[in-house]
Amino acid sequence: MANSILQVENLVKRYGDVEAVRGVSFGIEEGEVFGLLGPNGAGKTSTVEILEGLRTLDSGRVSVCGLDPQRDSEALKQEIGAALQATSLPDKMRVIEAIRLFASFYKRQRDPQELLKRFGLDEKKNSFYGQLSGGQKQRLALAMALVNDPQVCFLDEPTAGLDPQVRREIYDVIEELRRDKKTVLLTTHYIEEAERLCDRVAIIDHGRVIALGTPRELKARSGGTTRIEVRLSKPESNGTLKTLEGVVDAREVDGAYVLHSQRPPQTIVSLVKHLEAGGNELVSLEIATPSLEDVFIEFTGRRLRD
Amino acid sequence: MKNFAALTRMRIQIAFRNKMFFFFVIVMPFAFFFLWLGVLAKGIPERCAFYLGPIVAFNVMGSFWGLSATLVLFREQGILRRFHVAPVSASDLLASSIVANYVLTLPIVILELFFARVIFHVPSLGNPVSLFILVSVGIVSFGSLGLVVASVTNTMQETQVLNQLLWLPLIFLSGATFPLAYLPRTVQRFGLFLPATYLVNGLQQTVVNSTTPWSRYVEILSLSVWACLTFFLSAQLFRWEPEAKVPRRAKLLVAATAIPFLLLGVAENMSDRVLREARTALETFNSSSPSSARPASLGMPGKPAGVKNPSSGNQN
Repeated sequence: MANSILQVENLVKRYGDVEAVRGVSFGIEEGEVFGLLGPNGAGKTSTVEILEGLRTLDSGRVSVCGLDPQRDSEALKQEIGAALQATSLPDKMRVIEAIRLFASFYKRQRDPQELLKRFGLDEKKNSFYGQLSGGQKQRLALAMALVNDPQVCFLDEPTAGLDPQVRREIYDVIEELRRDKKTVLLTTHYIEEAERLCDRVAIIDHGRVIALGTPRELKARSGGTTRIEVRLSKPESNGTLKTLEGVVDAREVDGAYVLHSQRPPQTIVSLVKHLEAGGNELVSLEIATPSLEDVFIEFTGRRLRD
Repeated sequence: MKNFAALTRMRIQIAFRNKMFFFFVIVMPFAFFFLWLGVLAKGIPERCAFYLGPIVAFNVMGSFWGLSATLVLFREQGILRRFHVAPVSASDLLASSIVANYVLTLPIVILELFFARVIFHVPSLGNPVSLFILVSVGIVSFGSLGLVVASVTNTMQETQVLNQLLWLPLIFLSGATFPLAYLPRTVQRFGLFLPATYLVNGLQQTVVNSTTPWSRYVEILSLSVWACLTFFLSAQLFRWEPEAKVPRRAKLLVAATAIPFLLLGVAENMSDRVLREARTALETFNSSSPSSARPASLGMPGKPAGVKNPSSGNQN
């Protein structure tokens, strides 16, 4: 990637005997919202924290805004913004004070009042941090990540632990960043978040990138098939289910069978006939277009939330 | 410098909003002040003068509690991580802790000195330059000790245990609580290895004998060297991340903070200067007390330990 503002090549990070990141490579272009999607413990946060200069790498090469996060740490911090996964502020610090304090650390600053308005915190500007709700704290974290008008913004699990309503509010904020052509590296374990917000997604598991592309490209890897998830009263073999009409793939996931079909109506008719013949019963049936979760299942045989 | 100033302002602002700050930095020091001067010294001006140095030292030394606890709390709560990802250095953060603590502690000390003069009619506060230098170097050095404690402990629980382990000998074996001359001879000799002993003795001699900064150069110099060493080590051992554990080399480096007072303790044990001054101060106190030959409220014997005949003056 010639125009990459962020480049990761064969990144490896170990904690003692545990290899958390195993040769991760990807690049992010300027103005792109890039997602690292994977379950907890996949190596997403370690990767991001190395890029932010908070952790050292064991091997590989990383570059952010043309800078080495370890060697050029001070210069890099002027160019990036970060909303960390596990962070906080003193309870007795007011919202406006926090924004002003952090803005004062940077050479390039945005107007704190404008940021508060934009993130819907204007009315809370004189509230103490300890009085804010989870969603308000997260919005403040995002506002603080932008106080220096950064070239690259790192958002590490920005909606983790938030209720769906607040999560949607955060999505709106990130979509606004996207409209502003900000370069964003977003880590998440929510499929919906990655599909909705990211221009490109790297699916990461056990420290490795297992798939990379636009959400559409990744879903197309499911062969343009329809996802049929069934639960049966008695177990069936995957091999048998693969022989059903239109089925191109069948897997057992968490006690359910996930079938990928090119001709869903024929597959369902064929399935019902097969079950009747074998004395088996259909407990539940769900039909959906393929999601990134299917891509994850296809590569790992597990659900993302496992 | 800009970051350091902004962080210092933030620390002071937050401290004023914290009820714990009011209790530990304002209520408790004044409670001890009035207890010592009003009850133990019975409000007798000469006795109050004798106790004023130790009680000010007591307040100054308390700096290390607040600084260590705050820094560990900030690390445990992930507050330091937020600063880490911003262009803020460990030195900015640590220096701002020291300066904010100084700005918050100094007025309390000044108020104590004011009350000592106005309420307890202490005849003299001694040499003001000496007093100012010793108080300043004391706040900075014990504050830096707090930063070292925060650097070598992983949790608030560990911090409190280590603080207690340091605090008890510092206040009981240095002359801050019981006059040094009353303690058993062996304990007095051990006390000479503690930085607190030099702060207590320096302040007491300044108030009682109005000694000049030059005559207190050992105390001022030793505490200054110690302040630099502890601050340097705290910056070296500083950890932003809650999960970053104390490296083994850190424990060895921390042992280095004891070196200045180990050396000074050996020299002072040989010269006996501090113990001689402590005995003389007590004898002056005894002879000047109108109604008693000893600080009766402490229930201590009137004869300093290791002195066969208190009226004969210095023993060495």
